[in-house]
Amino acid sequence: MLDAFEVVPNLPVLVVTTPLIGGILTIAMGRGKGPWAWATLITGLVFYFTVLLMQQVLAAKTGYISYELGNWPRQWGIEYRVDALNAFILLTVAGVSFVTTLYAQKSVEKEIPQDRHNFFYAVWVLAVCGLLGITVTGDAFNVYVLLEISSLTVYALIAMGKDMNRQALTASLRYLILGSVGASFILLGIGYLMMVTGTLNMEDMHDRLAALPDIVHHRTVLVAFAFLLVGLGMKMALFPLHMWLPKAYTYAPSAVSALLSATATKVGIYMAFRFLFTIFGVGFSFVAMPASVVLSVAACAGILVTGVTAVRQTNLKRMLAYSSVGQLGYIVAGFALANVHGVAGSVIHIFNHAVMKGGMFMAAGAIMYRLGRCDLRAIRGLGKRMPLTMAAFVAGGLGLVGFPLTAGFISKWYLVQGALEAPHMWPVAAVVLVGSLLAVAYTWRVVEAAYFQEPEGESALVTEAPLSMVAPMWILIGASVYFGVSATFTGEISMRAAKSLLGGAP
Amino acid sequence: MTGALGIYNYWIYVLLMMIGLYGVIAKPNLIKQAIALGLFQTGIFLYYISMAVIDGGTAPVWTTILDGAQKYEGPYDNPLPHVLILTAIVVSVSVLAVALALIINIKRTYGTIEYDELEAMDQADKRADYQRGQVVDAADDVEHRLEGHHHA
Repeated sequence: MLDAFEVVPNLPVLVVTTPLIGGILTIAMGRGKGPWAWATLITGLVFYFTVLLMQQVLAAKTGYISYELGNWPRQWGIEYRVDALNAFILLTVAGVSFVTTLYAQKSVEKEIPQDRHNFFYAVWVLAVCGLLGITVTGDAFNVYVLLEISSLTVYALIAMGKDMNRQALTASLRYLILGSVGASFILLGIGYLMMVTGTLNMEDMHDRLAALPDIVHHRTVLVAFAFLLVGLGMKMALFPLHMWLPKAYTYAPSAVSALLSATATKVGIYMAFRFLFTIFGVGFSFVAMPASVVLSVAACAGILVTGVTAVRQTNLKRMLAYSSVGQLGYIVAGFALANVHGVAGSVIHIFNHAVMKGGMFMAAGAIMYRLGRCDLRAIRGLGKRMPLTMAAFVAGGLGLVGFPLTAGFISKWYLVQGALEAPHMWPVAAVVLVGSLLAVAYTWRVVEAAYFQEPEGESALVTEAPLSMVAPMWILIGASVYFGVSATFTGEISMRAAKSLLGGAP
Repeated sequence: MTGALGIYNYWIYVLLMMIGLYGVIAKPNLIKQAIALGLFQTGIFLYYISMAVIDGGTAPVWTTILDGAQKYEGPYDNPLPHVLILTAIVVSVSVLAVALALIINIKRTYGTIEYDELEAMDQADKRADYQRGQVVDAADDVEHRLEGHHHA
């Protein structure tokens, strides 16, 4: 059946067009469970496509697949280019989106008025479309357009939380303004690059930049680099440009928080990989330019500051949001090391953090579903009342700490190894360890409230969240444990991605 | 004109962008922020369009097709940035639309669109949310104290 529609040769573009068209059609799916079922179908289909794509990439002799849209040669048209790195990120984004869509049904029913469900899921699927598009494309301007598709839909998704708390609106607007300024900086950076190279194709850009005689003193290239670095920092919530994130994640609908924490900022990091490594190249970004120092200082400060802030929060979603900024710090600190283990740790942590934090936000959402709030006071004694949900939260928390046999341990293993291999970068390793202690502190506050205190009021009467929420939650948490015990697949893929980013054998 | 003044388009682009950025940061009124954001993006459009110009170039239209006269051999301006900016304009209009939709909703819910007032309300909400969520009975203490205060 697949061959009849020529699916296999067109996989790279189908990953984007399926949710694009499917997302718009969602509006027509009526008011009942239709929109949700349709969104599940579309995200499931896309997930299946990314699995096939991954197999293709692994089988490809060159190590990548190049797909020219409309058969226009890449000098003129748009090229989609999938290598081990994007295939892995695509798989992560599509997989988490699919599981989160499964989870969303009950949560959305509770948090968003019935008559807006079709619009909600339409925007939801379009957001996934934008995120996957950024990841699959090999064309710099295409990145900007898809970035705006994903950003606009994400602003709308966050604002949909307004029926639970009005602050969703101000959170969304703040993100809109900061996000648009960030995206405009990226647009400017791309413009300056185009001025120098005369192309928008990432590979061609790299080749022509590399051919420039004195690139380190080429002022246009330097300006492009600066604009891109700031713009990307804004989009990936790099400390101290993360100001929009905590509020947005706290007041977005629970399912949206789970989706965003697992995918949106990760795709921002992926963009940074593409611009810093693929276009500018390691030699320029990390040797000639001080990106290593700038990024690792910002990331380490972020890990420490947001870690301390997270410990002081009482609202679980806000705590998780601050913790997300810190965890993004690990990812940035990893690739700022610019050696194989650091970059591989960074890639692997993108996946590991997506499943852990996605699962934890789902647990917070399940508490929200039962109690209408998710703060430390509300969760007192929930260890007995909602055992599966709380266990999932704690398992995810252990992952953030980097406890052995969880996925977080694998990430930190790579990161610390990378930090010790790089010259003068041992403070990064120290910060990673201190950050883990901070994660112990905020996870412990939840454990203490949930397991060592007696429930009161409503909390004493609640029952476990419905299966349709608990099952997706445990799929993600289960994945984080599984890939913590058996890291062969994720480890090999991320090592391969890291080597190709650093310019070694693909 | 030659030298730095000869490329005055770029000066205007920087000026527009800075006015926009200033507005986004400094203006407390949300509508003004949205306008400033638009100005900021317009500056970037001007930058792209300026980049396309070639000395002595003209619009990239194939004149033989239009009037049958002898073919013009160039130079042509680069049409690519124009096409890109057409897309970017659509994006910026969409951003403005979403921003205005949000601002309307904010006005309905909060009753104001002044950033300072909104921030004060949000901070108060956040503090209340924080206290409500505390495990240690600090929140209770506050309630008791308030009750005591009322009784007295």
